[in-house]
Amino acid sequence: MNRPELLKNIDWIIIGLYVVLVIAGWINIYAANYQPNHPSIFDPTMEYGKQFRWIIGAGIIIFIILMLDSGFIINISIPAYIATLVLLIGVLIFGKEVNGAKSWFGFGSFGIQPSEFAKVGVAMALARYLSLPTTRFYDLNSKLIAYAIIIIPSVLIALQPDIGTVLVFSAFILTLYREGLSGNILLLGILAIILSVISLLFKPIMVTLPLVDLSIQGQYVLMFFILIFGIISYFGIKLFVFPRYRKNKYRLLLFGFIGSMLLTFSVDRVFEKGLDNHQKTRINILLGLEEDPLGAGYNVNQSKTAIGSGRITGKGFLKGQLTKYKYVPMQSTDFIFCTIGEEWGFIGSSTVIILFMILLIRIIIIAERQKQSYVRIFAYSVASILFLHFLINIGMAIGLAPVIGIPLPFFSYGGSSLWAFTILIFILIRLDADRVNFLR
Amino acid sequence: MDFKERSWVIISIILIIGFIFIVRLFFLQVTTDHWAQKSASITEKKITTYPARGLIYDRNGRLMVANKAVYDLMILPADVKNNESDSVEVSKLLDISTKEYQLALYKAREYSAYKPSTFVEQIPAEQFGYLVDQLYKYPEFIPVPRTLRSYPIPVAPHTIGYISEVSPNQIKQNPYYKSGDYIGASGIEKTYESDLKGERGVRYIVVDVHNKEIESYKKGAFDKAAVSGNDLILSIDALLQEYGEKLMQNKKGSIVAIEPKTGEVLALVSSPGYNPNKLVGRERSENYKKLAANDSLGPLFNRTLNAQYRPGSVFKIIEALIGLEEGVIKPETRIRCNRGIINCHGAHSNDDLKNAIIHSCNPYFRDVYRRLIQRGEYSSIYKDSEAGLKSWRKRVMNFGFGAPLGIDLEGEKSGQVPGVSLYDKWYGHGRWAFSTIYSNSIGEGELLVVPLQMANLAAIIANKGYYYIPHLVKSIGDQNAIRSEYTVKHESMIAPEHFDLVQDAMEAVVNQTGGTARRARSKDIIICGKTGTVENGDYPDHSVFIAFAPRENPKIAIAVYVEYAGFGGTWAAPIASLMIEKYLKGDISNQRKEQRILDFKNLYIKKTEE
Repeated sequence: MNRPELLKNIDWIIIGLYVVLVIAGWINIYAANYQPNHPSIFDPTMEYGKQFRWIIGAGIIIFIILMLDSGFIINISIPAYIATLVLLIGVLIFGKEVNGAKSWFGFGSFGIQPSEFAKVGVAMALARYLSLPTTRFYDLNSKLIAYAIIIIPSVLIALQPDIGTVLVFSAFILTLYREGLSGNILLLGILAIILSVISLLFKPIMVTLPLVDLSIQGQYVLMFFILIFGIISYFGIKLFVFPRYRKNKYRLLLFGFIGSMLLTFSVDRVFEKGLDNHQKTRINILLGLEEDPLGAGYNVNQSKTAIGSGRITGKGFLKGQLTKYKYVPMQSTDFIFCTIGEEWGFIGSSTVIILFMILLIRIIIIAERQKQSYVRIFAYSVASILFLHFLINIGMAIGLAPVIGIPLPFFSYGGSSLWAFTILIFILIRLDADRVNFLR
Repeated sequence: MDFKERSWVIISIILIIGFIFIVRLFFLQVTTDHWAQKSASITEKKITTYPARGLIYDRNGRLMVANKAVYDLMILPADVKNNESDSVEVSKLLDISTKEYQLALYKAREYSAYKPSTFVEQIPAEQFGYLVDQLYKYPEFIPVPRTLRSYPIPVAPHTIGYISEVSPNQIKQNPYYKSGDYIGASGIEKTYESDLKGERGVRYIVVDVHNKEIESYKKGAFDKAAVSGNDLILSIDALLQEYGEKLMQNKKGSIVAIEPKTGEVLALVSSPGYNPNKLVGRERSENYKKLAANDSLGPLFNRTLNAQYRPGSVFKIIEALIGLEEGVIKPETRIRCNRGIINCHGAHSNDDLKNAIIHSCNPYFRDVYRRLIQRGEYSSIYKDSEAGLKSWRKRVMNFGFGAPLGIDLEGEKSGQVPGVSLYDKWYGHGRWAFSTIYSNSIGEGELLVVPLQMANLAAIIANKGYYYIPHLVKSIGDQNAIRSEYTVKHESMIAPEHFDLVQDAMEAVVNQTGGTARRARSKDIIICGKTGTVENGDYPDHSVFIAFAPRENPKIAIAVYVEYAGFGGTWAAPIASLMIEKYLKGDISNQRKEQRILDFKNLYIKKTEE
């Protein structure tokens, strides 16, 4: 396809949002790292200068991708996926160990993170597989293969270990949901999370039983309530449901009852034995069960202070004291949102959130106008991945999610993540530009 | 199958999350300023700046008390990152053991993990110089500059006093003080604390996450500069004081020298004393305990104000003056020296008043006292004595005895002039008369005086009848003010002409052949004086001498006490004359006289004091 047509069909809205977010992110890194004796935003010794180089690199990548042929992109999905698997295995062997995890290949001060590119690989492979004419998602085999595509790299990443990125891979559930995964699974997942949170909240409460002189932990009381609820439901079904439908309902009730009891019981075990201390603390802090203002709670406290102190209009560009004087840890990576909050206030931070939402929704709109299922599936993966990053990173900064180190797309300093997101978006743009040509 | 409608579910999830986030931001940023306040509290710090304490000079502008810089080292336990390595390195820098380090850290943590508390106090400036370059490595430490006293001329420790940390009680009484402030604990430092202390200042600064200062908050718009304390000029002559302390070395006793016309105290020597530099800084508590424990020598004890002695023969002068004023005797009155009723010494038998003073004739003054106490106004000797004693007591107190004079130092004792209530308590009302109490006539009995009062007496005689309350500070701050009570003239109520005779007698005591104070004679100066010997029961007598000089236009009045040293003329008199010469001429003429005094060692310790 020739250039003028390409230009006509590229989605300029997404490109516009991309440019705005990347530039805003770059300026924000400048503010987060500003040193008076390195005033130039292009200064290569400072993160903001380095981010500029990453941006230039991204520009080159964009150029290359837009030059590629759509068919070519689709055809190399599987090889690309395999390549990322190789990189993931490689980093476990040859990677640099940083903070107890082997997530990086280091070349001097230049490094790449394979797990970022694995997101691209999985998105492409999943889209390729599910768009094959031979695949029917409601087929068990197809389902298992689809899960495998997602799970294999997840396991490799979990071995690094990098639990945060593994969590991002859960985004693909949304892609699968759009393609036919039962919504009940989604619902079940949400209910399970809610029940787990309630169990954890009940856990530290010791309840003394009346009459019998015995104290038990709170979650057993919760299980007791579930039992009561189960019994009432049983009678509810018996009384109010037609006999014809009762069997189904009983089955559902039994399943739900056993599931909840098991979940409530096992959450405690898993929490105690499966998580190490600092992870336990982070969750406890999030739930308000624990305060550790100088230890694990420090990051979130400083983060909330920085954001909250921005008030409505923020303290102004380069004028945020907590940012300037390094009060917020990792403020150019995981907690980059704090700089926005402190310097741009409610107006600035809400604007960023709204921009992201527009981007995500635009991607979904693009997804829905595709005739080609590959592009649709790929688009949903892009949106879901971005959404999960957005959810966890900002949620963590404002104290609604546990502290898990995940970058905020386009804002957090880092070459690998910027390039990975760039690739995701521009593959989508390139493929979308061809939608008029596709005849199905 | 197409699940197109599920796109709405996903879009809804995105919108809901976005909405939740914006609401959360709203509650973090818009509805409360809790976080803004917290941000301010961690980035903005208030630093107290301490004022320089007022300096103290002697009457000739010599600097006696100066300030020297020291540093307190505070610690913020929450900022300790590398406890192990820090404790080893820092304890080496501070020259303390790691155990002491850990103990101090423990105490600081007990106080508060997030508020700074004192870790090491009063590091001298030189030691701090080595330390300060390394401090950036240990962000938990915060240096605070303080000032302590230093003494370029280390004399007059009792007069000047020392400073210590303020106590919780003192803070309760005066909320200006905060824990960690210094306050005058004794002497001039205490009496003039409010003039010397100055006023604290405050600086508002912005700090980074390591608590390091970045800049002044709002360019210092809210800062308040510390105000230095007022300087004081003492009436003391530092060189004279130094000389007096040198003369009194190895002896117990005191010297008080006053300028008669103004009441300014020229020297206030109490021996044994101590070096004021010992009660400064970190060693102060230790040294204080050592000094205080020294019961037998009592270096902290200020004899000039606190030691009470019987006046001895010097008191006869007062008797003479009161007698003349009351008219019970005249200058030519002769009284037989009847050694049967009271003992006496020397070759005289029927002196007139002047000679009675010169020869210190006991029977003479016993009789003078009788004439004062038993006026014959009442038929009962008891009632008569009562009336006489009352009137006599009033007259004696006009000379500044029996009550504190009111010098600007704390702890002045009042001495004692016996009155009706005292004898009533001892003997019962109406059961005592002159014959019971006549010892008072020769300066024994129930009379007690303080060396300051004796010097004041010398001043009254020098002035021929009045005094100004002795005081130590002649100028406060820029306004050259002094406290108003020291500008009031106090009359002795004795007519000036009566003093002529007394002055004649005192001149003769020193300058006449065979005078008891011949050792006080000075070549070019007419010194007037009176010796005294204070009885001490089984122990050696105290040697006492009061004097003033020159007779015409006197410039100095002085009282010298040398404990357990025998006759007044032997030791107290020559010391007084050396002091007088030093003050009036700047140097002394008789080296042998001085050497004899310097060589005399008499740190007599009573058996009960050991």
